[in-house]
Amino acid sequence: MKIPYALLTLFIVVNFGFLQNALIQKIAARVGRRYGIPVWQNYIDLIKNYGQRSSITHGVMFYLGPVFRLSGGVGLLLFVPSIYGSEMFSNFSFAGDLILALYFVFFGTLGMALGAAESGHPHSAIGITRGLSQVTAAELPFALAVFSVALQYQTLSVTDIVAAQQGSILNWTVFTNPLAVAAAMLGFLGSMMRPPFDVVLAPQEIPIGPPTEYHSSYLALMQTNRAIFPVAKMVIYMSLFFGGATSWPVFFLKVFCIYLWSAFVGVVFPRFRVEQSIRWFLIWAVPIGVLSIVLM
Amino acid sequence: MKPELMKRMVKGPDGQEFEVEPLRDYYCEAAPTVMPAAYIKIVEDFFNWARSESIWILGFGTGCGAIEMRPLMTPRFDAYRYGVQWRPTPRQSNLFIISGYLSVKTLKRAIRSYEQMQSPKYVIGLGSCTINGGMYWDSYNTIKRLDDYLPVDLYIAGCMPRPEALLAGFMDMKKIIRAGNAEGANKYAENFDWYKANQKQVIHDWDMPDYNW
Repeated sequence: MKIPYALLTLFIVVNFGFLQNALIQKIAARVGRRYGIPVWQNYIDLIKNYGQRSSITHGVMFYLGPVFRLSGGVGLLLFVPSIYGSEMFSNFSFAGDLILALYFVFFGTLGMALGAAESGHPHSAIGITRGLSQVTAAELPFALAVFSVALQYQTLSVTDIVAAQQGSILNWTVFTNPLAVAAAMLGFLGSMMRPPFDVVLAPQEIPIGPPTEYHSSYLALMQTNRAIFPVAKMVIYMSLFFGGATSWPVFFLKVFCIYLWSAFVGVVFPRFRVEQSIRWFLIWAVPIGVLSIVLM
Repeated sequence: MKPELMKRMVKGPDGQEFEVEPLRDYYCEAAPTVMPAAYIKIVEDFFNWARSESIWILGFGTGCGAIEMRPLMTPRFDAYRYGVQWRPTPRQSNLFIISGYLSVKTLKRAIRSYEQMQSPKYVIGLGSCTINGGMYWDSYNTIKRLDDYLPVDLYIAGCMPRPEALLAGFMDMKKIIRAGNAEGANKYAENFDWYKANQKQVIHDWDMPDYNW
């Protein structure tokens, strides 16, 4: 009975992810005094890409790259409870799921690196180098924050961590362990592919990064993941730091607010180069993470 | 032919010697095939609607007309409202805008970019230069009729057309795609020999395979 419910979760999250991505793009466009894309544009792009008549491959890993990416997103979503206290939407969570989630956060990036590398395009290789170094640097403060939170609650189960934050808004980790949350939220900026940390993809410029050679249904798979993965990642942030969600409306609201944080920073600050962003993470985010563990 | 494209022996970092033939190893020589509408009419109509509402333009400005595309991304004209977006790589693009005069040197790159795009793909000729050479009609190194070298779906006349004209052109392009008449890729595949002969007639340093996607 768990599988249909998990698929239902996936269905809700995919649609929410598409609409949310478009809404965030619209918000960024409004900041630039444009109207931006219609909110349903991402669906049409997806259909268009699935409907392309021709596609070419560069080898087996080229096929598997988007598949790995998508399974990273779906896996991350399905091994973490979406709605706290709901039997339906607890998905496949288990006692040590936090460690698995940490692994899945990185899984898609690695799969993508292997796939894009096989396409043999120099821009892909540059994008991968930039992407892996930046994601690694951004992952450091997040991992430190996760360890700090695990120490704080003495558990590696996301459900137990959410349970410990129930009761009052003051029980949320953001109030009981603000340093860990600060470190994690700074690291969060680096993984959302928005400015100032979007030089990896650099949308609409010559070096588009890892997906340079991806097209047609390969690209469509990656677009699907682009709807799922950020939401799945924000579910972890929401569960660990912001008290989790007990119903879908609360879930949508909290996830959107977390996303808005990166969009807000993104429209205000210009783009970093990769070495600048790595230095920024190591100087500003990692020490806060270390401090949160030391004080724990 | 350039020396780096010649067949040669290369010594790898592990000491092994192997033969490299760039034109065979790095490119695909298979000629394009006609790809007719694969689904029943209602599905194909649905896909055509999606294709018309999601036009991804290759960000490749070939001539002075490219300057008219930039305002479309900015607040005044904002083409994103109409589902028109720019992509930096030919693999992901559907629409190739030849923006203004096309020198023979650029034609070579335009052909390579066009052939890397995935079917169905469309070409818009922007400005008078793509129709009959325009003010470059007697120039020694620009092409006169774009339609001889790439299958053009739509022309936007003018020198230069304003961004409003481009927006109107996109609307017309949408109608063509929705009606299922934008089959330029198939036209290119059907008349492949004719297009190649025309291309080779003007490009004298042809140092690439006939088809290189």
